[in-house]
Amino acid sequence: MAAGPRAPLADLAHHFDSYEQQREAATLGMWLFLVTEILFFGGLFAAYTIYRWQFSESFRAGSHELDITLGTINTAVLIASSLTMALAVRGAQTGRGRLTAVLLFATILLGSVFLVIKGFEYHHKWTHHHVPGPLFHFEGEGASHAQMFFVIYFAMTGLHALHMIIGVSLLSALIPKAWRGGYTPENHNFIEGAGLYWHFVDLVWIFLFPLLYLVGRH
Amino acid sequence: MSPVHVLPLRVYFTVFLCLIVFTAITVAAAFVNLGAMNNVIMIAIATIKATLVVLFFMHVRYNTRLIPVIIVSGLFFLAILFSLTFADYFSRGWLGVEGR
Repeated sequence: MAAGPRAPLADLAHHFDSYEQQREAATLGMWLFLVTEILFFGGLFAAYTIYRWQFSESFRAGSHELDITLGTINTAVLIASSLTMALAVRGAQTGRGRLTAVLLFATILLGSVFLVIKGFEYHHKWTHHHVPGPLFHFEGEGASHAQMFFVIYFAMTGLHALHMIIGVSLLSALIPKAWRGGYTPENHNFIEGAGLYWHFVDLVWIFLFPLLYLVGRH
Repeated sequence: MSPVHVLPLRVYFTVFLCLIVFTAITVAAAFVNLGAMNNVIMIAIATIKATLVVLFFMHVRYNTRLIPVIIVSGLFFLAILFSLTFADYFSRGWLGVEGR
């Protein structure tokens, strides 16, 4: 196709010169969104820092109540899900639809394992009256403002879990087309974008895990 | 038209292994009393892990230069958010005003 008008390409939008330009635009747009997400979570991280500085004793006591084993397992599960996601994107880059679909499914499965474990942790907090509100009960050192730790804990992990649920739904929507080989090395922008989103959710957890679970363990 | 940049599989598995190892180190370090250094180590390891994810899993190392510019500008505004908020809260007690 050296000369003459270019034949219309089905999945290349008319305002882009090439697939490469289309890909770059999609990636750039996704990153712009993720930057707003960084600031969105940033506010919560700022709140965490201020309250931990103000009520350090209560934060140590509250953090000690979290299950470090489940937290560590969940961290590993989420890292593994990021690996399968990255490999799914690679599958799409190399035009292997079936492989991409299977890896997306594996990512969803690992994400669900994370959410189920998180659910067990929440349930434990509920039965132990560690959910902020009228039923809240906390004894021992640092009890005075332990409720504040749990407000922060539920706000941050809750918002993170919501992002996970959105991520799982997003990936589920991509599987059928991936299985049919609808994502090509030229245009797999939806897979790439969903991947960036998934990795971002992993990034948030990478900071949440030590700040919530590992304070005052020694 | 330039094709996509496909990374060798070994890159992904190496990064994954590093992330798991760093997680183990950060958990182990939390059980050792290092005073204020505990926080520094915690944040440093988390930052290393995040950088690995951004550079390799999110392909930023191989993207156009515009992406790092976007990311750094985001972090710049995050720094403003943090520094102005903390400058306020952390200095309130300094004046010795009743009820702050």
